[in-house]
Order: sequence, then structure tokens, then C-alpha cells
Amino acid sequence: MTKFERPSRRGFLQGTAIAGATLAVPTFFTRGAWAQANFCNAPKGASVVLGFNVPQTGSYADEGADELRAYQLAVKHLNGEGDGGMLNTMKPSNLKGNGILGKKVEYVTGDTQTKSDAARASARRMIEKDGVIMFGGGSSSGVAIAQQSLAQEIGVVYMCGLTHSNDTTGKDKRRYGFRHFFNAYMSGEALGPVLAEVMGKDRRAYHLTADYTWGWTQEESIKNATEALGWETAQTVRTPLGAGDFSQYLTPVLNSGADVLILNHYGNDMVNSLTQAVQFGMRDKQVNGKQFEIVVPLYSELMAEGAGEAVKGIFGTSNWDWKLTDEGTAAFTKSFGQEYGRPPSQAAHTCYVQTLLYANAAETAGTFYPPEVIKALEGFEFDGMGNGPTLYRADDHQCFKDVLVVRGKENPSSQFDLLEVYKVVPRDQVTYKADIFGGELGPYEVAGCAA
Amino acid sequence: MDAILLQVLNGLDKGGAYALIALGLTLTFGTLGVVNFAHGALFMLGAFCAVGLQEVLTLSVRVRDESITFFEAYKEEPYLVLWFGDTGAAIIDWVVPLSVLVTIPLMLLIGVAFERGLIRFFYKRPHAEQILVTFGLAIVIQELIKAGFGANPIPISAPEIARGSADIGAMLGLSGVLTYPWWRLIYLASSLFIIGGVFAFLNLTTYGMVVRAGMADRETVQLLGINIQRRFTVVFGLAAVVAGLAGALYTPILTPNYHIGMDFLVLSFVVVVVGGMGSLGGAVLAGFLLGILQSFASLNEVKSILPGIDQIIIYLVAVVVLLARPRGLLGRRGVMEA
Repeated sequence: MTKFERPSRRGFLQGTAIAGATLAVPTFFTRGAWAQANFCNAPKGASVVLGFNVPQTGSYADEGADELRAYQLAVKHLNGEGDGGMLNTMKPSNLKGNGILGKKVEYVTGDTQTKSDAARASARRMIEKDGVIMFGGGSSSGVAIAQQSLAQEIGVVYMCGLTHSNDTTGKDKRRYGFRHFFNAYMSGEALGPVLAEVMGKDRRAYHLTADYTWGWTQEESIKNATEALGWETAQTVRTPLGAGDFSQYLTPVLNSGADVLILNHYGNDMVNSLTQAVQFGMRDKQVNGKQFEIVVPLYSELMAEGAGEAVKGIFGTSNWDWKLTDEGTAAFTKSFGQEYGRPPSQAAHTCYVQTLLYANAAETAGTFYPPEVIKALEGFEFDGMGNGPTLYRADDHQCFKDVLVVRGKENPSSQFDLLEVYKVVPRDQVTYKADIFGGELGPYEVAGCAA
Repeated sequence: MDAILLQVLNGLDKGGAYALIALGLTLTFGTLGVVNFAHGALFMLGAFCAVGLQEVLTLSVRVRDESITFFEAYKEEPYLVLWFGDTGAAIIDWVVPLSVLVTIPLMLLIGVAFERGLIRFFYKRPHAEQILVTFGLAIVIQELIKAGFGANPIPISAPEIARGSADIGAMLGLSGVLTYPWWRLIYLASSLFIIGGVFAFLNLTTYGMVVRAGMADRETVQLLGINIQRRFTVVFGLAAVVAGLAGALYTPILTPNYHIGMDFLVLSFVVVVVGGMGSLGGAVLAGFLLGILQSFASLNEVKSILPGIDQIIIYLVAVVVLLARPRGLLGRRGVMEA
């Protein structure tokens, strides 16, 4: 008969600890696996759905249409159709042209109407009804900020479309939001030195600014950049969004003593204010013994078409231009041109690139699980996408790359040839510390679809 | 002094547009008693008469664009330029003045069709129903234009000769440099001419006299055996023409898009209310007055004391007028007064 020996106190404690650890091991190692299999809209079948939320109605509808064209092209290329576009030039790349992680890419579209509430409602429908794993698009910073905040609540990655406010990756940045497009600060840093070089350092600037987040940050950025170079700011005037007739804001400029007018306007506002400023003879004026100049810090090719002849000789900045000569730009422009008969806009370019970057991040992570995809995007260095070597900075989810200073062409050779690249400003010159605009990215793990 | 003169001029040219739209609106209300929320759409249709004419005049042949080598791109060469050279280019350059010739008959037709096809069924219905149906109509027209012409603004230029600025300072013998765009001055002159024409039609012709009599006492005029309804239909057409001309001539000032009418609609209603519902003189007076007030409220000196005043001044005046004088500046006693 075996004699049962009473265990020692030390032995009992050791045994309990080992038993506890053994029991805990499976959950410790499988907790991530469980979350990865049950995250919001985890793709179950042979396909994966992306959501493209662009302005299909309202003032930016044509820009939205161009974004949608780019998204459709990106889906085609991801699924191995067409000539592959930038899939052939992106470096490094894990994309194989067989969808994403072997799943065929499908998409749904939504209409942001360039209104924050409508954009959120449309994005929520895509997430809850259509089960999108990622959504993107939009042509306004207000819309982008509203959408990335929803992305953070729900736990679905949002790849911004065209948004230029510092706030998007500054005070309103989110872990689930990523911006490839440049921002107002970068415009200021790129444009300031060129303006000083072309127009001189003894200038007085008058700002007309669209009265919302993007306008405010652009005004601040351009003002800081030009004042640092010796310019004076005569006046900064806020104008209501969609004012239409800006003449009552333009007439005071004529007697203000300013010799440069900076139009912090975009879209229809830019078309109208620029056209009207030219009508008021501002480009023919001499003030303080100098030629009066007009500057439009953020250009859009589609809006340049709207402004017609008024853009000639006007300086501004751009995220990308189809006339660049790198292989990525050539590949994308060729694909887009063959598909749609016109070159892509910068809005189209950023949306196309964002889609490929998301797909590549999922391939790199080997999963659609958002926190892993986010980690694959954070700090990602890439090239071959039309902007030279580019960094997706982990600290604020802002892409850092060269910025283009562009000028309205005096003698355009075609309807698409309205802007010329005046200078490619290197990435180092527009890079800034991530903490200057504040904000918190927030957590990787969120409540998910239940939110 | 120069700054004040500039703002007055600016107010007058803005006021010209407000007055023209409000004039048509008040004509409709004064004659037919209909609150027409589709009036802004008529302004927009006028603008698109100019856009449409531009599309026709610039009908083009597609030519391979050799400057683009990445893909097969094409550019457009207008037939008019191909066939007639400089003369063709000059015709295209004068599209806005020429559009007046198209706008007048087209808007008259549209106005009469509106009135006969829809508005007449709502004469005896409450104002709320008139507002709903005309607002709905405005949205339908807006969407049709968007489907046809796209959502983006379509640039139209004034003729090259009128594209620069006039040196008003030199004209008036002032010392300072005072310039103002030629086309805005032309618009102001045109609006005064159109307003004068409408007043002359109503006050100096027998037809107009009957219309005014009908506006004052419809039943008595009918009892005299006059078909006042037919005249009112013509007046509705006239209101559409006035709104249309205001829109067509405004295109070089404000790049036209499909919702340009809605942008002006609320403003023009405020103008009508301030001027006095049904008062033609009131509409014109209030149009110019509010234009000038809005222009001065946008001065930095004013905005530094009252931030945001430029955006609310018109509505503020409307509130004050409605409180102090509900019938408006020149409104008839009893109209809009309890």
C-alpha cells in the first residue's frame, strides 16, 4: 500500500503555479487568434469588399467621379486584370495580382455629398450593411475627419482621399485613419521659398480664407511660412464656404496696400474667387512699385479647368501631377488614360495609391485583422508610386514625400495641360515633427462593430 | 473715399442681380398670387441658356492630341473656328451677349409652359402647397440640368473687349486709382435697362395698364370682359424672361453651376419681403439697398467691430423690417399685415 505523503507548503505552491500557468497557456496564445478571426467584417468567403465613399453629388461631384474611376482601376489591377498599373512599379510590394490574400476584391460605392453627416451615414451603411473591410475617399477635410473618427469607433480602416487640413493627421488624427495626400503645412513649406524667390522678400499679403478647418490651417501654414521669409501679412479675412460672389471681399483688397492676394479657397470657391480677382484687374495692378500677384496654395486640375484662363501664371502646390516622368506615374497615367481617355487628377492618384497601400499592408500582415494591417502600414517606406521615396509615418499616419510647386501654364498645349511643375520640393524640406499639431492616435484594439 | 465708392459700386452691381430676381418674383406674386419657389431655377435656366449656346457654338471635331504621348488623347477644335477662322472665334467670344437673343424667347416659352402646365392648378390652393410644388419643381429642374451639364461649374467669359477693368478714378477725375470690372458695370447698366423696360411696359402701355388694374382688382377687370388670365400668363412669362436674362448676363461674374438658382432663391425672397410683397418698386429698391448694405458689411473695419455681420446683415434687416413694418418698405397697406 502506497503511503500518501502530505505535500509540503512549497511543493503545493509550486504545483499550483505550474497548473495555473498550464491552464492559462492556451488562452494566452490564442487570444489574438480569436480576435483575428472575429474582428469587424472579417472576410469569410472567397471575396473581400472595399467601400469607396466619394462625393457623387454636390460641388465636388466631378472630383468624386475621378476618384471612383481610380478606385475601379485599382480593383481591376489588384484582381490581376488590365496592365497592372502601379502594381508593376511599387517597391517593396507583396501584391500578386490575385486579389488581397487570395480573395477577389469587390467594392461598393457611397455618396459623401461633401457633408460630414452624409459621409458618416454612408460609411456606416457600407460597414454595417455591405461588410466592407476598408473604406476610403472624399474630397474635404471635414468629411475625412468625420469618417476617420467613425473608423476608430468601429474598428474598420479608413484610407483618406483628398484632404489637406493639418488637423486630419494632427489634432484629429486616428489610429484607423491614414493620409497619403500632403497637407497645408507642407504646402506652406514648399511654396514659401518659391514665392520669395519669384516675388521677392518685401511683400504684403492679403489672405481670403474659406471659413472651416482646412481654410484655417492653410492660412496659418502659409502665413507662418511667408512671414518667416520676410513677408508681412496685411489682413486675413474669412469668407463663408460657397459664397459664390466674392466681390465684396475683393474690393477692400484693392485699397489695402497689399501686393499679394492669397486665396485659401478650394473647389467652386477657388474657381469663383480667382476668376473674380482677375476680373477686378488685380493681375494688371502695380502696388508698392511691384506687380500685384495672386497665389492659390492648393491647386486642383479639375478646378483649374473650371477657372479657365484665370489660372495662367498663378502659383500653387500639388500632391502629384500626371506629367511627372517617373515610372510609377507613367504606368498609372497610361493605365488610366487608356481606360478613361483622360489623364488622372491628383485626387484620383491618391485614391488609387491608398487602395494599393492597404492591399499591400494586408498581404504583408498576412491577415485582414485591422491592428495588424495598421502596424504594417505604420512606418512603411515605399517607392515607385509617383512621388519618389515615401514614408507612412507611424506617429501620425501622414505620408512624407516630395511636394510639387505648380504654376498655371501660359500656353497650354491641350485641355489637360493647364498646370506646369515649377519645382519638386524634396521630402526633407517639408518634414516636421509629429507632435507640433498635437492629437492622439488612439488604441489599436477597439470595440469593433458593436460600437 | 475710394474704398467707399468701390463698395457702393459693388453693392449696386450685386443689388442689380437681387433686384432683377426679386422683380420677377414679385410680379408673379402680385399678378397670380403664387409664391414661386421655382423662381431661382428660372435664374439658373437663364444662365444655362448661355451655357447651352456656348456648347452649340463650340461644337467641335476631335483631333488627336500629339502633345500627350502616354495614351491616345484627343483635343477638340470648334467647327466655327475651322470653317470661319477669326470670325468664328469672334462669334464664340461674344457668346454671352448673343445668348440674350436665345434667352428671351426660350425663357418666355418656359415661363408660359410653367404657368399653363403646373402653376395654374395651384392658384386657389394654400400658399404652403404652392411652395411645396414649386420647390419640388425647382429640384427637378436642378437635377435635370445636372444630368445634362454635369455638377462642376462651367466657365464662360465675357467678350474679350469687356474682360478688363474700367479706370473709374480717371473717368470721375479722382486722384486715386479706382478700377472696376467692365462686365460688372455692363451688368449694372443692363439691369437698370431691364428694370426700366419692365416699368415702362407696365406703366406706359395699355397692356400693362390692364395688368396693373388686374393686380389691384382682378374680379372687376374680369367683369369688364377682359381675359385677365391670359395677360397674367404673359406676365409670368415676362417674369421668367427677367430672371433668365439676370442669369444669362451673370455667367461671366459667377461661374454657372446647377445649384446657382438655389443660392439666390432665399436672398431674393428676403428682398421681396423687405421691399413689400407685390410691390415692384419695393423689390427694386430693396434689391439695391440690401446689395449695398451687404457690401459695406463685408468691410474689414465693420467686421472687426461686428464679426460675421457680412453673413447675417440681410436677414437682420429682414427681421427688423418685419417687426417694424410687416408690409415691407413700399408694400401696400394690408398685405402681410394681420
